[in-house]
Amino acid sequence: MKAAPFDYVRAEGLDHALELLHQHGYEAKLLAGGQSLVPMMAMRLARPALLVDIHRVSALQSLDVSDTAVVTGAVVRQRTLEDEVSLHAHIPLVAAALRWVGHGQTRNRGTVGGSLVHADPSAELPLAALVLDARLRLTSQDEGERSVAAGEFFLGPMFTDTRDTECLTAIEWPVWDARGTGCAFDEIAIRHGDFAIASAAAQVRVDASGVCRRAAFGLGGVDGVPRSFPELAQRLEGQRLDDDLLRDVAEDAAAACEPGSDLHATAEYRRHLAAVLAVRVLRRAAQSAQSSVRSV
Amino acid sequence: MAFSRLMNISINVNGVVRQAQVEPRTTLVDFLRDTLKLTGTHIGCEHGVCGACSVLLDGEPVRSCCMFAVQADGLSVTTVEGLAPERGRLSAIQDAFCEKHALQCGYCTPGMLVACHALVARHPRPDEAQIREAISGNLCRCTGYQQIVDAVQHATAQESSHD
Repeated sequence: MKAAPFDYVRAEGLDHALELLHQHGYEAKLLAGGQSLVPMMAMRLARPALLVDIHRVSALQSLDVSDTAVVTGAVVRQRTLEDEVSLHAHIPLVAAALRWVGHGQTRNRGTVGGSLVHADPSAELPLAALVLDARLRLTSQDEGERSVAAGEFFLGPMFTDTRDTECLTAIEWPVWDARGTGCAFDEIAIRHGDFAIASAAAQVRVDASGVCRRAAFGLGGVDGVPRSFPELAQRLEGQRLDDDLLRDVAEDAAAACEPGSDLHATAEYRRHLAAVLAVRVLRRAAQSAQSSVRSV
Repeated sequence: MAFSRLMNISINVNGVVRQAQVEPRTTLVDFLRDTLKLTGTHIGCEHGVCGACSVLLDGEPVRSCCMFAVQADGLSVTTVEGLAPERGRLSAIQDAFCEKHALQCGYCTPGMLVACHALVARHPRPDEAQIREAISGNLCRCTGYQQIVDAVQHATAQESSHD
């Protein structure tokens, strides 16, 4: 359980990291918090020849807030974002998801961007990014900067649209109008902090009369990538979010997933959980949206 | 670039700056145990599941098997050996672990102590849910968790004069 030999360089800045990626291509791997990569190297599932450590690159640690988005640098630690309580009102779903990410010890090292590029199909932050339609900023020395929607970023289990010479630099998390917005995140795992067997996230906004104006929800752990359901969510818009409607939509979402079986759960059980969790988060999001309308 | 070029690192461990040459692949826990002979930190799973290797990195609990020693260059590490206020004395939490029988085989104990110290630094009077959350990343396979929760409550409920 020891990593194979490799060389290590601590990047002095983003340009230095990009230069090293340009030189070494797929043989180099970016190291941020290391909470996924280091165990994978210990198990020899990953064997990079060169680790480029970007954890201390200050250009990747920014936190910016505008009316429309919170922009988090790629190596902002999960714990840092968890502690930035002032941001939670802008991106409540991310705050809710973070509480389910690993344990305190891993969130102290693990980064927001690292979780996204690792792209475990049951991980919480990729699901939140997908549901919120976050955008990921990637940059390389040769091709410069581009921005990819979360919906196009996750291609398969631990497989994303990141090129060998690219570095994820920042994530744009869209901010919804706080008034009337509610969200919820929930998951089932063997123990809290373990990888989710299934997870679900929802965010909805209702108007003063209780009619849904905007909705988004998704499921994790029940397919090769996190799944969101914009068309099903659209069925909620313009409607009152009564339980029958939420259950219908949740069941349709679960039916659209293609879960796998493993030691912890069969595909059938995962699909069952998907429907249960989807209706649960939709219901909770609707309830918190309703109370938000009343309290503002 | 040659493979496994040795690197010079300097880490403040329990208040003492320790300098060494290490292979990049040397994990922080192997550096602490094998190079510095600080064997209080235990190695369990070596891939971030059991929490036995928890140490404080700049005051925050992390898993020392899930980082390489080179990543800690220039930072401060506190191991279980550095938790007591002075040689021959125990911290309030360590004392409470004895008082409440919060250890049996002792394998998880260094990690548990580190996690509990970090908790109390953030929340001097933690409730049971906060304690359980704080040790959720640490596996114990014999005593169980109840006595550990009891110990933290015991240590933090007293008007503790020591520690």
